[in-house]
Amino acid sequence: MDATTSLHWSRNRPPQTALSRFFDNKAVLIIACLLPAVGLLSVFLTYPLGLGVYLAFTDATIGRRGIYVGLENFEFLFTDPIFWNAVFFSVFYTGIATIGKFGLGLWLALLLNQHMPFKSLIRAIILLPWIVPTVLSAIAFWWIYDPQFSIISYVFVDVLGWRTTNIDFIGSEWPARFSLIAANIWRGIPFVAISLLAGLQTISPSLYEAALLDGASSWQRFRYITFPMLLPILAIVMTFSIIFTFTDFQLVYAITRGGPVNSTHLLATLAFQRGIPGGQLGEGAAIAVSMIPFLVFATLFSYFALARRKWQQGEGND
Amino acid sequence: MTINVTRRELGVMGAASLAAAPAMGQSIQAANVATPNWRIENGATLRVLRPVRFVQPDEEVFRANCARFTAATGVQVRVDFVGWEDINQQTAVTANTGAGPDLIIGFGDAPHVYADKLIEITDVAEYLGAKYGGWKRLAQRYGKRHGTNNWIGLPFGASGGPLVYRKSAVTEAGFQSVPEDHAGILRLCQALRRNNKPAGFALGNAVGDGNGFANWLVWSFGGRLVNDDGSVGINSRQTIAALNYLRELYATFIPGTLAWGDISNNRAYASNELFLTSNGVSLYFALKNDPATRPIADDTEHQLMPKGVVQSAPMAGLTLNAMVFRHSRFPNASKALLAFLLESPQYDPWLQANVGYWAQPLNAYNNSAVWTSDPKVSIFRDTMDSEFYNGYSGPITEGTAAANADYVMVQMCAAVASGQATPEAAAREAERRAARFFRRR
Repeated sequence: MDATTSLHWSRNRPPQTALSRFFDNKAVLIIACLLPAVGLLSVFLTYPLGLGVYLAFTDATIGRRGIYVGLENFEFLFTDPIFWNAVFFSVFYTGIATIGKFGLGLWLALLLNQHMPFKSLIRAIILLPWIVPTVLSAIAFWWIYDPQFSIISYVFVDVLGWRTTNIDFIGSEWPARFSLIAANIWRGIPFVAISLLAGLQTISPSLYEAALLDGASSWQRFRYITFPMLLPILAIVMTFSIIFTFTDFQLVYAITRGGPVNSTHLLATLAFQRGIPGGQLGEGAAIAVSMIPFLVFATLFSYFALARRKWQQGEGND
Repeated sequence: MTINVTRRELGVMGAASLAAAPAMGQSIQAANVATPNWRIENGATLRVLRPVRFVQPDEEVFRANCARFTAATGVQVRVDFVGWEDINQQTAVTANTGAGPDLIIGFGDAPHVYADKLIEITDVAEYLGAKYGGWKRLAQRYGKRHGTNNWIGLPFGASGGPLVYRKSAVTEAGFQSVPEDHAGILRLCQALRRNNKPAGFALGNAVGDGNGFANWLVWSFGGRLVNDDGSVGINSRQTIAALNYLRELYATFIPGTLAWGDISNNRAYASNELFLTSNGVSLYFALKNDPATRPIADDTEHQLMPKGVVQSAPMAGLTLNAMVFRHSRFPNASKALLAFLLESPQYDPWLQANVGYWAQPLNAYNNSAVWTSDPKVSIFRDTMDSEFYNGYSGPITEGTAAANADYVMVQMCAAVASGQATPEAAAREAERRAARFFRRR
């Protein structure tokens, strides 16, 4: 203790003022510190979510406050083939696109993890599809898939002469679905690749050296070192990716608007279509609410199936 | 409601053809009817909301007309132009909160949805009708409460989507113009296809063009989405006949129409790949004002949609419909403004400024100079003579607009054209969907 502080030291503690006692109170502190966060969350998160859930149980339209109708919206949706088609396509779209994104993304991450010239530049370029606003890339794909003016059709028909008719990308059911999935994969790869690349770089090189000394093949090194060490980050990235894909809206709405004949509606686009242009707010909200179980399931699956401690830390199942 | 991206985007180009200032309405015949004294409230000010323009002069002339109203009456008028996507939502908020603009010029069905929030403007409508040769059929339909003579909306004009075709291609196929009967249309389209100059109509989720074609198809066979009493009537013999016909007609279309949006037929037509379609006047102006496509414009003709088995051309117009809210503190000033804007010194210049994008609701304006300014635009003059409207032939309700926006008719046609559904199954599905939109609440 130095001279300056000792000057001001006194044996008797000065009595606390009421204000200071007030702020020392634990309950007050908790409330004061939490209030801004709780306020923001309830105004911008809880209220809209709660309102959305409430609307799902009303017959509100744009222009008219609804009345409570219980499960009527859901009962109608259960008999609506368009809704079930959207459920099917949402799951199919998410499933196939996730497999594609992770297969190609992991491959790309492994490639980028090698030493090569202009490494940082190439990594930056890889991120481009992720950086471009989705609506812009969607419009680009809309042109690429256009029935009359597709660049791909142009190359095959007019340049190479391999076909006599334009390719039907979005004019019929299955081609349209796969065209959208391809666009989604293209857009999602960078996120997966860069995240996994970050994961790859945390793996200690000494593990690979030890494996090399033991004579492990490159497949064995991937299977027994890279893959297990990558799983925790894979779980997180996959959770995010599934949520982003399942709730995708912009690609589908900009390219096909759910067509042809509703075959490419995702739950998100169908909810918007019914709720806003169609004006059936209650029904749109019901479709949006029906996405929640799927998302909860996907999240739980990723966490429990992929993020077990054994994989993360190489220990037992405790 | 109906939002046609095409027309808005291309509309800007139409402005170029407006170099000459339109002549003031000398040619408009007005009956000698005394202008009612609207007894404008003291200190009145008005706020007006309307959709954004197709062409720049629309906004200029509209603002100038309101300024003249201010000069004549001392009532300040503030006009806000809002995007086409937003006007329905803003109308809904205005109606439900009882606050906001005194008047909204919205789209066709809005006054019918919010009828109990509006004041009746029968006196304005009857005065204008008497003075300017009567209201056209579509205007009466959109203006009056269903089954009464009480006016709740005041139509300002409508924008139609007739046939647009290449004269040379139709001549080459051996026709003078597009036939009015279904068999003739099919023969023409087959010939166009053989000549590799195909026809094509949007069957994708295109609010304007897709609904325009699907409505034409069903109406021209005598079918309808809604019966006069408001019950769903789509699953009928006429609809099935229309859908069976579509299967043959679709075989002659340019490939890809199932994926077409509102802009697709414009692009295909402008690039010499499409030779017969239906669209608003915007396509013609876009072609005419671009030197590269001028020859296509010169070869282009418009024609009302073929009648098929009905008496008049089965085509609906997107209608501007003005309404005065009950919450307005100055209802008389509002009425005076509406009447003033539809008087020939104001309305005729506005009509001319719009070069044909909007067609008049009052018969006297058939003589407006706009309809002789370009002979290829003159058929748009009759847009509001149509007896057809979205949701024909039932009352106009919120279900009308919703069924339109949810593509019930378009998707019924597309399902048959693509072979996904039989005509019977598609009509049943459309009936199921429409029943929900038109259910009694």
